[in-house]
Amino acid sequence: MNAIEIKSLSKNYGAKCAVDGLSLDIKEGELFSLLGVNGAGKTTTIKMLSCLTKPTSGDALLLGKSIASEEDEVKKLIAVSPQETAVAPNLTARENLMLMAGVHGFAREDAKKKTAELAEKFGLGEILSQKAKTLSGGWQRRLSIAMALICEPKILFLDEPTLGLDVIARSELWDIIRALKGKITVILTTHYMEEAEALSDRIAIMKNGKLVCCGTTSEIKERAGTDKFEEAFIRLVKEEIK
Amino acid sequence: MRTYTFSVRTAKEILRDPLTLFFGIGFPLVLLFLLSAIQANIPVSLFEIANLTPGIVVFGLSFIALFSATLISKDRSSSLLQRLYTTPMKARDFLAGYILPLIPISVMQSAVCFIAAIALKLPISVNILYSLLLIVPISLFYISIGLLCGSLLNDKQVGGICGALLTNLSAWLSGTWFDLELVGGTFKKLAYALPFVHAVEMEKCALLGTFDGFWGHFTYVAVYTVAMLALAIFVFTKKMKQN
Repeated sequence: MNAIEIKSLSKNYGAKCAVDGLSLDIKEGELFSLLGVNGAGKTTTIKMLSCLTKPTSGDALLLGKSIASEEDEVKKLIAVSPQETAVAPNLTARENLMLMAGVHGFAREDAKKKTAELAEKFGLGEILSQKAKTLSGGWQRRLSIAMALICEPKILFLDEPTLGLDVIARSELWDIIRALKGKITVILTTHYMEEAEALSDRIAIMKNGKLVCCGTTSEIKERAGTDKFEEAFIRLVKEEIK
Repeated sequence: MRTYTFSVRTAKEILRDPLTLFFGIGFPLVLLFLLSAIQANIPVSLFEIANLTPGIVVFGLSFIALFSATLISKDRSSSLLQRLYTTPMKARDFLAGYILPLIPISVMQSAVCFIAAIALKLPISVNILYSLLLIVPISLFYISIGLLCGSLLNDKQVGGICGALLTNLSAWLSGTWFDLELVGGTFKKLAYALPFVHAVEMEKCALLGTFDGFWGHFTYVAVYTVAMLALAIFVFTKKMKQN
């Protein structure tokens, strides 16, 4: 079954077309990556799918709910971990998790239970009482994803989740993201080719708001005629420019 | 529940910031003690404790606007607001969560000023309670400025507009530091066209227990508060939809 069905989705900002007639299907439980150079339309696509911005035309169904006409229903299904860590700096890690549980309408006891569960799952125990602003980048990212998962979303959007992290923190976060595979649908945007290759079930490459190609890493490499994914990405994007 | 959760978060963010204690409480108290010391050496009726306290209390509220604007602006730049926009929270939850917790914080800040004033021989009377009650509409005016600036400006701009411009306007145009009659002319007209001096005069009326001119001052403050609140809500909601 498809978790997301994108149908001719477009977004214009004045004369500039950020996303141009995008159509895609993403399966339930799939880890799907959106790749592209800066300005390709990845973040705008995520913003539309997460109801942060309205499409100029087209629609997308998230588990059957329309982003154009059923915004409230869509918001019950999704969670977003934005490009910035998006944590409340003067709250402790525990309070950040409780905040997200509270705004999703969890009763206090349920929120505490869920916070304890996620702290265990994400290894946050040692930093739960620390203010978020005192945490390292890696811990903040980990907390950010845990905050997104507290509402038990069916679809999770991860926008550049490992941006600026060192190699160890990135590897640890990859393990966390891998563990989500098959359980919920994850849409990931990233600039790191090796990240997309290591984590994704399928990848869509975007350029100037349009879909260049979509498939597994093997299919993309085969199409580009190379066995290196990064080279395949460069060839396909450059080919598209011509 | 959502509003309550978000309100608690707003209060914690502000109360845990050391700058809140320094500027919100410490700075107005320093001014109160300093000007009282000047008054003790060179008696000036303007700086008598019953005249001075309302001015300091209203001046202190300009920092509430700064705290509010800084918090909202940082929530925007850190994408926390973006994250929260994807939750089932409604515009009313955000607005109430940003506005309501700052009202008791403002009243507490003013109460600390009045307690310090009592230590400086302000007579204890029920009028102090009336003065504290009137802090609510005045604080709403300042909170609305914070909401408006936080919705439109980045945190550096907020520092300039709310941290420098608003605090200075609030001080110069309130008649607290110097008698506006002595300046006169356009400056006086401008001061009386804005709500700051009316807020101070309204507080003075309450503290002295007189109704002379009270309703005129109250009307000015009320009209400015309603207008500023309406504008801030409109802008915040519009920016939220634009996001």
